[in-house]
Amino acid sequence: MLKVLKSGFFVTIQDLGRFGYRDIGVPISGAMDVLSVKKANLLLENDPNAAVMEITMTGPTLQFDEPTYICLSGAHISATLNNQPIENYHVVKVDKGDILSYGRLDDGFRGYLAIKGGFQTDVVLGSRSQFVPVTKKKRLKDGDEVKYGKMLSYSPIIYEVKIEEHFHKNYLEVYKGPEFSILSDAQLTEIFTKTFTVSKENNRMAYQLSETIAGHSHSMLTSGTLPGTVQFTPAGKLIVLMKDGQTTGGYPRVLQLSEDSICTLAQKKSGDKLTFKLV
Amino acid sequence: MKSYPITIKPFGERAVLIEWPNKVEESILADILDFMDAFKQRKIQGWEMSVAYNSLTMVYNDDHLDFEEVKKLILDCHAEQVSPTIKRKRHLWTLPVCYDLEFGIDIEEVSKTLGLSAEELIHQHTSHQYVVYGIGFLPGFMYLGGLPTSLEIPRRAEPRLAVAKGSVGLAAKQTGIYPQESPGGWNIIGNCPVTLFDPNAKEPCFVKVGDKIQFEKISKAEYELHKIEGEVGIYKPEKVALDA
Repeated sequence: MLKVLKSGFFVTIQDLGRFGYRDIGVPISGAMDVLSVKKANLLLENDPNAAVMEITMTGPTLQFDEPTYICLSGAHISATLNNQPIENYHVVKVDKGDILSYGRLDDGFRGYLAIKGGFQTDVVLGSRSQFVPVTKKKRLKDGDEVKYGKMLSYSPIIYEVKIEEHFHKNYLEVYKGPEFSILSDAQLTEIFTKTFTVSKENNRMAYQLSETIAGHSHSMLTSGTLPGTVQFTPAGKLIVLMKDGQTTGGYPRVLQLSEDSICTLAQKKSGDKLTFKLV
Repeated sequence: MKSYPITIKPFGERAVLIEWPNKVEESILADILDFMDAFKQRKIQGWEMSVAYNSLTMVYNDDHLDFEEVKKLILDCHAEQVSPTIKRKRHLWTLPVCYDLEFGIDIEEVSKTLGLSAEELIHQHTSHQYVVYGIGFLPGFMYLGGLPTSLEIPRRAEPRLAVAKGSVGLAAKQTGIYPQESPGGWNIIGNCPVTLFDPNAKEPCFVKVGDKIQFEKISKAEYELHKIEGEVGIYKPEKVALDA
């Protein structure tokens, strides 16, 4: 078991997501920054879908009760193992009683803790990703214990890699969304030249952008939405749906983020600046 | 089979959106469901499909998709006759609702605004069959069509931070049930004791798009009974087969 001594701001268990239940309104969920997760699982030679811990903004304090191997990725949150700094994209051996803790957020917004074999929480509707009401709990709390498999010795093919973080981009690559054609020339110019700021309203469901563009009066029937769908409200606000986002919505879907850009956005926090680039 | 014209658009890297004429009509929904049956008949792995009113979002989870290839496949399926044997069975569900003031916290205000007595409002709400045009927004939330115009009322000016699980509401042309506690701006007129989304059930959501719902007024005592029966798993809402 991995014991959560202190839980941090928002820590959840995530895998690649919950597929096949969109038709009954269940969001995909899963890690917000899949690219970071896949790299960490690859270094540990895990299944790409092995469950990891997603750590938003501030890190938890965790204690291991069995030896195993871990790998951190995503945001840099000054992690230490028994007070010794550890780096992202290194396979690190941990022993019984070791304590992993985090400090200052230096880069990005969501860090990942991958573990050899993946975290063994309950699978509900095909996924371990935490999302209420599918899973009972929304996030990990102080005192929670998370199951993992013991691993005494293991020689990874690669121990460490130097990685240029994909999330340093300050633009999002987008495709035309289903209602792209409702945008006027003036709105198009605004949307592709303006710099947008991530607002305080940002979470696993959606990221709102602070700046607005000229509004619209287009009304439509509720229709499907995806992670990465950019909704355009009548008041001119842009809302980017993320992994826990609703499966349907009634606002025009003017843009659709590329899958890699969802990962970029997942690493942005309130106040960060972005532009849109049409692919 | 009455086939409407469709438009097919790419929707990001992994999805396509198929749109039927921009109207809420049972015959359009039937056309969408026929298309889905025809597509499923081909047994192509990896696709998820979700219906909302006049559109179908199709997501391909396995790999990146070739839009032109998929478009051709969709047009082929749309042109196909669906044999009645593979058509999905549709049902009419009777869902009990307790309209007591304890649950129907806005019923007095709504009756006043609509110029109806509470009894008349309940009578109208329970005497229509509503078509399930989609399930989305929240797990198990049904988009229901067919509300009589006499029950149309705008959303509340200020949404509530928490609307109780099971709350039955009215908003504009819609009526519906909140499957979980959630924030919401609908006018609440009652509560349904039936769990609409249960992740541990074999079928987490027993209602399917294309089914119909009719509400039935129950007393507080019956509400409590159904609630307990539901918790121990012995209560099942009544259903009859449609187009049998």
